[in-house]
Amino acid sequence: MRATVLVRPKDGILDPQGEAVRGSLEKLGFAIGSIRVGRVIDIELSAEDHTFAREEIERMCSELLANPLIESFEIRLDET
Amino acid sequence: MSERPIVAVVVFPGSNDDRDAAWALGALGAEPVFVWHEQEELPETTGAIILPGGFSYGDYLRCGAIASVAPAMDAVRRFAASGGPVLGICNGFQILCEARLLPGILRPNRHLEFVCRDATVLVEGAKTLFTSRCEAGQELVLPVKHGEGAWHADEGQFVRLAARGQIVLRYQADVNGSLGNVAGIVNEAGNVMGLMPHPEHAVDPLLGSADGGILLAALVDAAAEHVLAAA
Repeated sequence: MRATVLVRPKDGILDPQGEAVRGSLEKLGFAIGSIRVGRVIDIELSAEDHTFAREEIERMCSELLANPLIESFEIRLDET
Repeated sequence: MSERPIVAVVVFPGSNDDRDAAWALGALGAEPVFVWHEQEELPETTGAIILPGGFSYGDYLRCGAIASVAPAMDAVRRFAASGGPVLGICNGFQILCEARLLPGILRPNRHLEFVCRDATVLVEGAKTLFTSRCEAGQELVLPVKHGEGAWHADEGQFVRLAARGQIVLRYQADVNGSLGNVAGIVNEAGNVMGLMPHPEHAVDPLLGSADGGILLAALVDAAAEHVLAAA
């Protein structure tokens, strides 16, 4: 089973990386409101059961993939 | 037992201040022993641990995140739980936060620039193991060199830490956007400290400042006491 985890800077947390990208895009002439830069993690799991897979990935997120102080995460399981 | 207390310096792939830390510890009367990140045990009579600066695991994922789950960190946790003194410097501070042995997290510098210069820090907490040779309000000049050193915690956590005296060092002026100009903190039990400035680069006046030696000498004192207490 394949899954994708989206990790984002939490609302209200300053994102210097996003600020840097916004500055560069503006220099290229793009009109930008705001940009937040996060992380995409594609995972291939041996688990077949969706509930189990989701629980496993939630543990991966809270133990390593995201830091709850500053990041939120979203799990997308590939249904195919 | 060696008269010099053993201070374990944990080496991760990408650590680069481990040798300076070991040199400084040797100069201050300790016996530094390198502990590879895959080792599961510390030397038997370890008196203190340093997690050194560097870019462990290439700063992948988040600074310190991957190192925080390395096998050697289980030994660090056990040692910390037994009251042993643990000092994390720069990347070591990031690792301690990611391991949740210290509160908060280090974020990219607010101004997006890597800072590499001497900074003046004020000793706010002079009653910790790590500042036992300092006086409250003392100014220390220590080098900083980091891109992700802005310490962050939520407001409630910050207020609680300040009230409990866990803020040990503050920058005299803003360096990286750190909340409350925090440069170094200690855990609630008082035996785990992290700081972004580098005391190990400031133990000889020839290099501009020997103020780092004041902090590290206190760590060596604490290591000797821990060895005696454990014997």
